[in-house]
Amino acid sequence: MAALHELSLCEAAARVRRRDVSSVELTRAALARIEAVEPRVDAFLTVSRDEALAAAADVDRRVAAGEDVGALAGVPVGVKDIICTAGIRTTAGSKILERFVPSYDATVTARLKRAGAVVVGKLNCDEFAMGSSNENSAYKPARNPWSADRVPGGSSGGSGASVAALECHAALGTDTGGSIRLPAAYCGVVGLKPTYGRVSRYGVVAYASSLDQVGPLARDVTDAAMVLEAIAGHDPRDSTSSPRPVPSYLTQLEGGVRGLRLGLPREYFVEGMQPEVEAAVREAVRLLEDLGAHVEPVSLPHTEHAIATYYLIATAEASANLARYDGVRYGLRTPAKVLGEMYDTSRAAGFGAEVKRRIMLGTYALSAGYYDAYYLKAQQVRTLIRRDFEQALARCDALVTPVAPTTAFRLGEKTDDPLTMYLSDILTISVNLAGLPGLVVPCGVDKGGLPIGLQIVGRPFDESTALRIGAAYEGATDWHRRRAPL
Amino acid sequence: MAITTAEVERVAALARLKLEPHEVERLTTDLGHILDAFQRLAEVDTHGVEPTAHVEQLDAPLREDEVTNSPAGDEALTNAPARDGRRFRVPKIIE
Repeated sequence: MAALHELSLCEAAARVRRRDVSSVELTRAALARIEAVEPRVDAFLTVSRDEALAAAADVDRRVAAGEDVGALAGVPVGVKDIICTAGIRTTAGSKILERFVPSYDATVTARLKRAGAVVVGKLNCDEFAMGSSNENSAYKPARNPWSADRVPGGSSGGSGASVAALECHAALGTDTGGSIRLPAAYCGVVGLKPTYGRVSRYGVVAYASSLDQVGPLARDVTDAAMVLEAIAGHDPRDSTSSPRPVPSYLTQLEGGVRGLRLGLPREYFVEGMQPEVEAAVREAVRLLEDLGAHVEPVSLPHTEHAIATYYLIATAEASANLARYDGVRYGLRTPAKVLGEMYDTSRAAGFGAEVKRRIMLGTYALSAGYYDAYYLKAQQVRTLIRRDFEQALARCDALVTPVAPTTAFRLGEKTDDPLTMYLSDILTISVNLAGLPGLVVPCGVDKGGLPIGLQIVGRPFDESTALRIGAAYEGATDWHRRRAPL
Repeated sequence: MAITTAEVERVAALARLKLEPHEVERLTTDLGHILDAFQRLAEVDTHGVEPTAHVEQLDAPLREDEVTNSPAGDEALTNAPARDGRRFRVPKIIE
């Protein structure tokens, strides 16, 4: 029989509702697992033990009283430390917010709790979600559960690592350029970046507001669908959240892929790609064909310009969003005689090197004389990238692609060269620029045993089809059942 | 080189970041490499292409002008680096 921390979210919630197991037992099991493996994984920045046990006891009390405790009934989950949690420190992986304790929950946190989930802690991430490896965390790099000398991917590295290490049954991450999907691929778990506007950003520390989305990392597609269903939908506090109704993702997982048209973008099999990654993804596509899908080549011709487009737009937005960290109302303040000096020195002391680099790049791209050549140009190319996807998805129900050119790289391997690090996102960032949903499911391992992911990109607000394809793939394979050797 | 040390210092002032000399040097190199690589964007024909600021153009939603939150307590001040009663305390603005 499986230990409690090994249960899927779906199974664990069902057992709580049946009163086979209590939420307190599940939570204690998660906390014990965290204690056991955390020295090796470093996925958490804060473990909220007391709050979690109190929330679990509350769920158990309500189950005993015959109340409906929600779809995520009493199951331990983790939340990326860029998402506000009332009364629990939220650092965004930055020294500038080291002592910041939000007085309110982000909408996604509130919705998780409303659905019965128990938040066991706050997950490590790159500072302000700026990074592809979690090495930009101001506290410590999270490490890949499959190999201690490898990165878990970023920026939601702690989210990917905690789910792969069975420290929590699912986690929330955020994805601005691949920050859910890259850790999902590197850690061998399922990750979903929803359509821009599907999930509220209220209470999520802003990085690039036209690109940021919150989504789940989970052990299988069913669990990811359950979490998405709990957090999706319009929020009056985020005017960019869509009023479209949220479908029942869970009831649409069955149905298979027979008759679906899947596009295979030729630009996504890039030069320098690790041969095992290409082989695993092509094998996965062949399997989907065997299951009845029609696969056809498509072209996304502006893909080669996505990195420049993304890093100009995202940093421009970041330079504006991070202007709020001035040492006045919250966050780090360094002593100074006059106000202006306080701004300059507080920001210098509180931000790490990559955050400063992106603020500088964004400020430059928005500054007089460069706006048209960089920022406006990038916004125009963004339109061309969107059109590429519109054309491909007019013919196809979804696109299937690799997630990254390689499996998880070594800690320290790319930290000296920011541009090389940026290239890790080459196969994920276009999906953010186009605002589309992107699902990652495990689809193989390389010869070192490191996980490989398959990315399924859907039409706007059609997470259902991507999840259905992922569920069909999972139904025919065992990759999602493999566990990290911890 | 796409960017000079003087430009990095000017941008740092705009971004309100007090940089150390070694940071200015490193950023001049890094931003130079990044901007050089990004020069290829200039080759893309964007004549007549509308810029995308947001993928979905939603109308600004309106609501009745009614107070929906309860009167502010001390929550806004709980993370203040320095406070004076119900106010944020800051250094003097003009020397």
